Amino acid sequence: MSEEVDHSKRRFLIGLTAATGTVGTAAIAVPFVKSMLPSARAKAAGAPVEADFSKLQLGELLIVEWRKKPVWILKRTDKNLAELASLEDKLADVLSDQSIQPAYTHNKYRSRVERKNVSVMIGICTHLGCSPKYYPDLAPAGFEDGWVGGFYCPCHGSVFDLAGRVYKGMPAPTNLVIPKYKFVTDTMVLIGDDSEETA
Amino acid sequence: MNMMVALLGWVDDRFPLTKLWNEHLAEYYAPKNFNFWYYFGSLALLVLVIQIVSGIFLTIHYKPDALMAFASVEYIMRDVPWGWFIRYMHSTGASAFFIVVYLHMFRGLMYGSYRKPRELIWIFGVFIYLALMAEGFFGYLLPWGQMSYWGAQVIINLFAAVPFGIGDPLSEWIRGDYVIADATLNRFFAFHVIAVPLVLIMLIAAHIIALHEVGSGNPDGIEIKKHKGSDGIPLDGIPFHPYYTVKDIMGVVVFLMVFFAVVFFAPTMFGYFIEVPNFEPANGLKTPAHIAPVWYYTPFYAMLRAVPNMFTSQFPGVIVMGGAIVVLFFLPWIDQSPVKSIRYKDMRTKLALAAFVISFLILGYFGVVPASPIKTMVAQCGTLVYFGYFLYMPYYSRTEIRATMFRAPLVALYTLVTFVIIWWWWQDERVTVAIRSLMTIFALGYTTYFLILPAYVKPAVVKPVPERVTK
Repeated sequence: MSEEVDHSKRRFLIGLTAATGTVGTAAIAVPFVKSMLPSARAKAAGAPVEADFSKLQLGELLIVEWRKKPVWILKRTDKNLAELASLEDKLADVLSDQSIQPAYTHNKYRSRVERKNVSVMIGICTHLGCSPKYYPDLAPAGFEDGWVGGFYCPCHGSVFDLAGRVYKGMPAPTNLVIPKYKFVTDTMVLIGDDSEETA
Repeated sequence: MNMMVALLGWVDDRFPLTKLWNEHLAEYYAPKNFNFWYYFGSLALLVLVIQIVSGIFLTIHYKPDALMAFASVEYIMRDVPWGWFIRYMHSTGASAFFIVVYLHMFRGLMYGSYRKPRELIWIFGVFIYLALMAEGFFGYLLPWGQMSYWGAQVIINLFAAVPFGIGDPLSEWIRGDYVIADATLNRFFAFHVIAVPLVLIMLIAAHIIALHEVGSGNPDGIEIKKHKGSDGIPLDGIPFHPYYTVKDIMGVVVFLMVFFAVVFFAPTMFGYFIEVPNFEPANGLKTPAHIAPVWYYTPFYAMLRAVPNMFTSQFPGVIVMGGAIVVLFFLPWIDQSPVKSIRYKDMRTKLALAAFVISFLILGYFGVVPASPIKTMVAQCGTLVYFGYFLYMPYYSRTEIRATMFRAPLVALYTLVTFVIIWWWWQDERVTVAIRSLMTIFALGYTTYFLILPAYVKPAVVKPVPERVTK
């Protein structure tokens, strides 16, 4: 046997060891990284929620919890609905084309057409996730002119109208998200489910 | 006594105890001209010890569970003997850490501590600062108050702003749920008490090892190793121990007086160290009327808010905020001045540093108060100055007008950005013309004075640096 070191063999073996080690490290990282994803229990907690809004007066807002998020049920007056059109040149996404909502609420009221007075929205600002405040009468600072009611986010000052549409020049990029929902009875809404069959 | 010497010899044969002691303390020669600003490195170590010790005792009583966390903190405050004291030490320590570190970093900017051969010390330092911000952020969720919850909500949603469909899965992965929940609290506890502190301690070790390898800088920016006596010891150096250990103890005494005055008399620091809404338990359905991060993040938060949406995405703001930290890493190579210390630099460089500090303080203030159109405009101006300090530095710090391939395009780009911002201001009808004009004059003046003039007309003139350190 020769005393000479075969350098190319050594290099090859070092490279092979390093490659195996890298693959092994990457493989063992997978379970650790994946363990941080939402657990089966967290996923299961996303079931639809039923909300009874029979006691809600016109112009009032009801907040219910769905998937631990605030969902707003807002009973708008006919005047509110009529005034929505007057805001169109002040809004960033008038037709909600950039925003997230089920197809049946992709209209100018952002609600189901058969019950357009009742608006259902996720009360989470599309900017950084704060919950905007309801300003039915009093205008937030800077919006005193022609305020017809809406929502104001205390975190970064985004302003939305009563259909959850964001005003121009706001930190929030898109209109408020509308969840899937359907009316089970006249005063009962099911949030998170819009399947056609009756339960 | 002989017993002790023998014992030390026994240890030294097995572990380099005396060698370590000498290398890092008794025979580590530091420049003799350290001034006030050189206290803050050792004070940062002191605060680290305060945080680790008080933190360990808090974990003895704290429960990282969404249903119990808030109550367990109240339990520490009311029922645990001396619990209030330990918790207020920890919460005051968090703010003290940032005060000390900001002053330490300012020292570095002033005296060019980041310059060759200390680039790696600076880079480790920026990583320490990042780790510290992560540590503070994870820790702030733990009391599970309203500000804990909504502050974390806002910051985690920054990650959700990442485009290309990565954002939402990324933020879910961080939270471990679709909203901030028990899973989030539990993992933040793990990060706060073990993961980040370990990283922090390793980074601090690297910071100090690198420092002791090249030697400390000083307010004159002179390398003391250039002038050594016949014994090989720098002529302007004194052993760290006992000279600077004793000097630093004096700094520790003064620091602890101020620190405990806050702990005992103003532990919430009027809502700046512990924010008022955090005395209310977290409620995912109700956002507090006004949300602001703790003071040490507010300059960056103000920059985030200052950047408007582009292409229906708030990601540009996140980029600017991240860029404000990333730019720090490049500082050692941005500075073109032939001298290190501010003492020998020209007036323009001094003004640039002053403007930078003032903009950082103004941004810090605007990150605390609610936004308004005027404040947003001033915050945009402050963001311009913050980045200007770094991006214009290659031009205002150099002592010659050098034609380089990149100069013209870079100057054009920076000027263009300034013009775009000014154009944007003139679109905003909500701010009076007087204020818009004032802002415009300021932005144009800043760019002219710190970028265009030094790049083409008048380069910096530095003062001669003495051979040996001054008193």
